[in-house]
Amino acid sequence: MKVTIDGISIEVPEGTTILNAARMIGGDIVPPAMCYYSKLEGSGGKCRTCLVKVSKGSEKDPRPMPKLIASCRTTVMDGMEVQNITSPEVIEARRGIVEMLLINHPLDCPICDQAGECHLQDLGYEHGLAKTRYEFDRRKFEKIDIGDKIQLHMTRCILCYRCVFTADQITDHRIHGILNRGDHSEISTYIHAAVDNDFSGNVIDVCPVGALTDKTFRFKNRVWFTKPVDAHRDCDHEKCNGKVTLWYKGEDVIRVTARKDVYGEVEEFICNTCRFDKKKTADWVIEGPRHIANTSVISSNHYETMHPLPVVKSDPKLIEANEEQFERNTRL
Amino acid sequence: MGRKLLLEHINVPGIETFDVYRSKGGYDTVAKALKMTTDEVVEEVKKSGLRGRGGAGFPTGMKWSFLAKPEGRARYLVCNADESEPGTFKDRYLMTYIPHLLIEGMIISSYALGAKVSYIYVRGEMMPQIRILEKAIAEAKAKGFLGKNILGSGYDLELYVQPGGGAYICGEETALLESLEGKRGNPRIKPPFPAIAGLWGCPTVVNNVESIAAVVPIIRDGGDEYSKIGIGRSTGTKLISASGNINKPGIYEIELGVSVEDFIYSDEYCGGIANGKRLKAVVAGGSSVPILPANLITKTIKNEARLMSYESLSDGGFATGTMMGSGGFIVFDEDQCIVRNTWNFTRFYHHESCGQCSPCREGTGWMEKVLHRLEYGHGKLSDMDLLVDVSKKIEGNTICPLGDAAAWPVASAIRHFRDEFEWHVTNGAEAVTRNFGLAHYADPLPVLEPAAQ
Repeated sequence: MKVTIDGISIEVPEGTTILNAARMIGGDIVPPAMCYYSKLEGSGGKCRTCLVKVSKGSEKDPRPMPKLIASCRTTVMDGMEVQNITSPEVIEARRGIVEMLLINHPLDCPICDQAGECHLQDLGYEHGLAKTRYEFDRRKFEKIDIGDKIQLHMTRCILCYRCVFTADQITDHRIHGILNRGDHSEISTYIHAAVDNDFSGNVIDVCPVGALTDKTFRFKNRVWFTKPVDAHRDCDHEKCNGKVTLWYKGEDVIRVTARKDVYGEVEEFICNTCRFDKKKTADWVIEGPRHIANTSVISSNHYETMHPLPVVKSDPKLIEANEEQFERNTRL
Repeated sequence: MGRKLLLEHINVPGIETFDVYRSKGGYDTVAKALKMTTDEVVEEVKKSGLRGRGGAGFPTGMKWSFLAKPEGRARYLVCNADESEPGTFKDRYLMTYIPHLLIEGMIISSYALGAKVSYIYVRGEMMPQIRILEKAIAEAKAKGFLGKNILGSGYDLELYVQPGGGAYICGEETALLESLEGKRGNPRIKPPFPAIAGLWGCPTVVNNVESIAAVVPIIRDGGDEYSKIGIGRSTGTKLISASGNINKPGIYEIELGVSVEDFIYSDEYCGGIANGKRLKAVVAGGSSVPILPANLITKTIKNEARLMSYESLSDGGFATGTMMGSGGFIVFDEDQCIVRNTWNFTRFYHHESCGQCSPCREGTGWMEKVLHRLEYGHGKLSDMDLLVDVSKKIEGNTICPLGDAAAWPVASAIRHFRDEFEWHVTNGAEAVTRNFGLAHYADPLPVLEPAAQ
């Protein structure tokens, strides 16, 4: 199936979503996703940051779609044409969504443990306003310990439901869910029941913001002062293959996480033993430094040379394709 | 006197019991439908031009014909009786006073769709109606109109009543299905539509109570006969829940095409504005539709009389028109404050948002807070633009139509009543003690000059 996103065409298998087709192309045209997680079935469609405009439905039915659609949950049709960053309408809508996500989110990144690896921070940096238009009290919750290793701070939660899907699909039994409705909704375990499960630590990795954090790492260090290193060990848990990223501060391993790809999604889920209990270099076989995208703050002052972005982002392929589409649009 | 199809026998004592309903010709249509093929029944409904009475106005026959019919999979009909739109109370009335009409409609519709099990999903607060329906179902079953081999035709149907938890969002069809499956009532992301994968992944049709009840007169008199009533593509009769500052609030069955002016002022219907006041504004189809000032509700922008029909009410688009919606007709007299009313509606949507997708979850709360501030005289002149902007960012960007429903009343109130909002800012202290009054909202519309040729 052929799909054209912002003028760039790609052949994708049937049933691919627009978002995944865009990820196959890569680069600037990939819509941001706060709730979609390719490894969790049924996720996506909720945060609405991945909205795109379908300017041509398909080869058979070329009518454009009347509304912006969530690219993470819409599958491509043959001949579909999608506009993401080339559509002012999409950019405007996305700006609105980011504003909505931020109105009840505390704007205290300097004291948040997630800063530096927070998707909302990146999104706010790209699309947010310099000054908030919201002049009312923000939603506030007390911090809750769910189990002795994980802390939940609902104040920062954007209700992406990723951890709920993780609890449903990765762990043995469902440990938590959503209580209440609307903007009173909260992620919770019933009566603060401890989350005790071999895979429960993965909810920390899937959380796009600082709502679920690792209590063994919390406030030990800023993430950009640590050095990520790929490592593995022979894990005896049947569902865990022991491939992780170790985060070093000096000689000490201060955190263990799953390996995350460029979209912040883990490559493979890891068990709690690997995550919380193996914090000595001797436990691991070191593979080498973890590659971190140059755009991420984590990569700053580390081993890889900083390649600053060109002032004007220019991709000859994109420019050429855009011109083509522009011509076609003006013809119509 | 307009023709009554649904409420013809509403004043017969004991019509809620099976025997009285049967003696008035009730359930005759079941026998007639069961002799037809299922396709013929669907064809009749298509011919009737019946449009969904739940709010969106989508042609019912068309919806039925979209139902996927894979081999070996069950199909379901679900009746949406989760009526919770502020201003709409027609389904409750129908279920309370003439429950057998709904059950008769359910039998015919289920037969037409090939459903062996059907559900009536009733809003949780309507416990008396749930009991009434269950009693009526038991009666019908005892007489052989439900259960195995109905009237010897070989068609089996089980009908269940399912109480909801009382959430407005469960009136959205996919949230309703989730709730019916026993899950949290969050709308599903479409596609797939329920006609392909609905209840438990099976093809499902979800129809409003009134739509299903209207199938009875359609099959009884024939689709062609039904389509003669009404005007244009708005065929048949419609129940209107009239409320607000009128002399005779209540449920009226109208032939579509009655003029709005007649509906408000004639003695047959609302009987005019109560206490001799003047009309200020009307919400014509339940709280979700745009509010219109007096001059625009009785006349369209082209200075033609506005009629109670899907087309005429939406004449002028969102700029000067509104929508038929679910028929919740709320009338405001000159003493009512539009700012307060808009705040009240938004408070409702804020409370009822499911919290799944971000624009609606956060945006409804934001609008409510800004409107609350305006109503109590602490607003700013920039708030109106802020509200319009927020409503624009919610509208169309959400999973389900609740976001649109929350955005439209705010956007339209500011569009038509901006000076009242501004007065709330400039005269903040006064706004707490008295209302803006009628102002110019009932003035005749300016006659448009014909455009130069």
